[in-house]
Amino acid sequence: MIYLEKRPTPSRAWALATPLLAVLATMIVGGLLFAAMGKDPVLAIRTIFWDPLFGEFASYTRPQLLIKAGPLILIAIGLSFGFRAGIWNIGAEGQYILGALTGAAVGLAFYPSESRLIFPLMVLAGALGGMAWALIPGLLKVRFGTNEILVSLMLVYVATNLLAYAALGPLQNPEGMGFPGSRNLSQWSASANPELFTGTGIHWGVIAAGLSVLVAYVLLARHAFGFAVRLAGQSPRAAAFAGVSPSRLVLTCMAISGGLAGLAGVFEVTGPAGQISIDFNVGYGFTAIIVAFLGRLHPVGILLAGLLMALTYIGGEMAQLQLSLPAAAIQLFQGMLLFFLLAMDVLTQFRVRVRSGRAQAPQAVVAQPKPAQGTH
Amino acid sequence: MSDVLLAIRGLTKAYPGVVANSDVSFDIRPASVHALLGENGAGKSTLVKTIYGLVRPDAGSMTLAGRPYTPAEPRAARAAGVAMVFQHFSLFDALSVAENIALGMENPPPLRDLSSRIAQVSREYGLPLDPRRTVGDLSAGERQRVEIIRCLLQAPRLLIMDEPTSVLTPQEVDILFGTLRQLREEGTAILYISHKLEEIRALCEEATILRGGKVVATCDPRATSARQMAEMMVGGTLKTPARATIAGGEVVLEVQGLSAASPRQHGMALRDVTFSVSRGEVLGIGGVAGNGQDELLLALSGEMRTAPGMVRLGSDPIGRCSPSERRARGLLCAPEERMGHAAAPDMTLTENAFLTGRVRERLARGGFVDWTGARSFAERVIRGFDVRTPGPGAAARSLSGGNLQKFVIGREILQRPEVLVVNQPTWGVDAAAAASIRQALLDLASQGAAVVVVSQDLDELMEISDRFAALNEGRLSPARPARGLTVEEIGLMLGGAHGMEVAHAH
Repeated sequence: MIYLEKRPTPSRAWALATPLLAVLATMIVGGLLFAAMGKDPVLAIRTIFWDPLFGEFASYTRPQLLIKAGPLILIAIGLSFGFRAGIWNIGAEGQYILGALTGAAVGLAFYPSESRLIFPLMVLAGALGGMAWALIPGLLKVRFGTNEILVSLMLVYVATNLLAYAALGPLQNPEGMGFPGSRNLSQWSASANPELFTGTGIHWGVIAAGLSVLVAYVLLARHAFGFAVRLAGQSPRAAAFAGVSPSRLVLTCMAISGGLAGLAGVFEVTGPAGQISIDFNVGYGFTAIIVAFLGRLHPVGILLAGLLMALTYIGGEMAQLQLSLPAAAIQLFQGMLLFFLLAMDVLTQFRVRVRSGRAQAPQAVVAQPKPAQGTH
Repeated sequence: MSDVLLAIRGLTKAYPGVVANSDVSFDIRPASVHALLGENGAGKSTLVKTIYGLVRPDAGSMTLAGRPYTPAEPRAARAAGVAMVFQHFSLFDALSVAENIALGMENPPPLRDLSSRIAQVSREYGLPLDPRRTVGDLSAGERQRVEIIRCLLQAPRLLIMDEPTSVLTPQEVDILFGTLRQLREEGTAILYISHKLEEIRALCEEATILRGGKVVATCDPRATSARQMAEMMVGGTLKTPARATIAGGEVVLEVQGLSAASPRQHGMALRDVTFSVSRGEVLGIGGVAGNGQDELLLALSGEMRTAPGMVRLGSDPIGRCSPSERRARGLLCAPEERMGHAAAPDMTLTENAFLTGRVRERLARGGFVDWTGARSFAERVIRGFDVRTPGPGAAARSLSGGNLQKFVIGREILQRPEVLVVNQPTWGVDAAAAASIRQALLDLASQGAAVVVVSQDLDELMEISDRFAALNEGRLSPARPARGLTVEEIGLMLGGAHGMEVAHAH
């Protein structure tokens, strides 16, 4: 009989190994999926994981890696604080949109000025816009006890409608011959967020993502705020006893996650995307949730997970183009990654034991009824 | 009929890293009350779980009334006539007494028949209980009666009781003992687990003492002093706490008309609680758990805010202050629940030292944690209070209950509090650790701090308190000098026997 035995302390080795195992399991099951669809599984996996880095179009795809990973990492770092503290901001996608909208709106208000202050001002406006959007569920939770998961998620749909309104209305390019979408911000030098080093894909958003990893690491390891976040997530009552104010923590975590999502939005709209358009958002805010968990809510883990996720994005696109795999199969593949990660998580908390017969059966049960716990 | 009901021979049970029972042998006679004694971790729980079919032994055998007895599960144990009342009750608050009892039965009779059976057993054994009442409204003592009657309906040959009196007032203890003596007269054997040695001397004829999983002694409690039994449990001599009393210190903590709803569901609201403590004084607050102890601690620690003037430190109103502000002013607390409230189980001792030591030990500079300082503070606590652990890097949950409690109490004491409030300081702690914790509290008081001890253990309160007050249904009695209080007086202060009026109504 196989059963699970709870470890006295979570295993560090397994905590590091499970993400790798999850990637491996995703490759195997994903390969089976592709095989069942009549594609060559080895070729498909190679196209997704290998070709973007070392294939024949690598000089084009490699910069894309950082362009895609930047916003994912930036948003995921912000989310990780809340997730560690048990505050579930699911609406980073909306905060990302709002950041892009407020940033673009502030910049376009000065068009066609060429002041050097415009870009920093846009960045600030974007962060504040995302922050404000995230503080709506935060304040509602603190004041009225609403569920931040639902409110933040629903505000994503509000944000997409705002985006469509802005792209067709107030932010529409007056010289755009009636096409939806704003002026191109990446071609207006005052607002452009260009590639800083040719051929790398690095723009200001990627720099910001790198900085966020560093700052988050220091905050979590050495700062009282990081301690409060970890404590509140592990033992809320101990946090209250230590003097951590739950409301303040909710608002701070929402503000951080919203602010970073907003930053990602404004860097995207001034750089790779270039303009506010109806289909500006491509799901970075949702994918970042996966990235945050894949990276175990640890800054360095998130850095690696963001790069991996970007790889599957780019590889997935290549697989769609070259092997004509449907987009749904690629999404399924990405979903598998999170599924396996969560499933493998069991191994850090529990040890798998095999024993013959029915001896020891009572210990095998994960949750014992209360009376059986005795006096220890 | 043989002279032995349950014979235990060579029971051994090992868990990874610890031998819970090692070659345990003893006999339980019919019509007797047999005490099982031992410190926490001595193996009592594993032993009774084995008898009740919850744990399978690695080696050894049991015979019940001359026949081999190997219960595979509690149901088999019950079928063989073994019943058990657990320390933690398994009852549904929303259901009535009769419904709760029916849920535990294999083939429950119609509810009306069951109710009359319950009423009958309740009368026969002097355990007042109305089968129609909702369990959520019952006191802890009454809930225990539900569990006992649930057992008695099976007419058991052996009844196991695990720490039954920890939730009872002295009057309720008397009622319980009456019932147990009556059961003994009728031929039932009772295996009685407790660490209250005076109770065991009053009730039991035989005692088996476990230490480190082994039977180290057997004795007749009626002919053995409590001190002797305690020393057999510990395997050494015990020190009685000693102190130098300071008289007439100034009042430091004053609680005036404190009323507050409980922040928790099914919690107890505080009603007009008033008391004060002076420098050098130990105020004992007794009462059965669930009568507002947790709420009182939350109101003092700052986790629950009140009107400013309800809590005063020195002369400053601090009812609105946060836990950190109160710590800065010198009011420190140690809550009852060690894991998850006083300490974060998955964090290291260093991190847990920082948890409350941040303000007074100046462990954060500009918001950045001084982990080196936190580590050395944790090391001082570990050394000063004899906390058995590999080091400050160990996770809190790897410590035994007693060791973690020493750490939690030591962490507060080493911060030199003006006022220290502790809730159940020795709950679930073995005798030696409990003695050292009490001594540390007395030492703190003799250095001029005011100490408030909230506890269910009346012996403990009588031993260390200068004044005693009782918390009952969220109200606090006026404090009285502890010296010279009789058990009856204390019992009445605690609200007498909960639920007696129900019995008289029938």
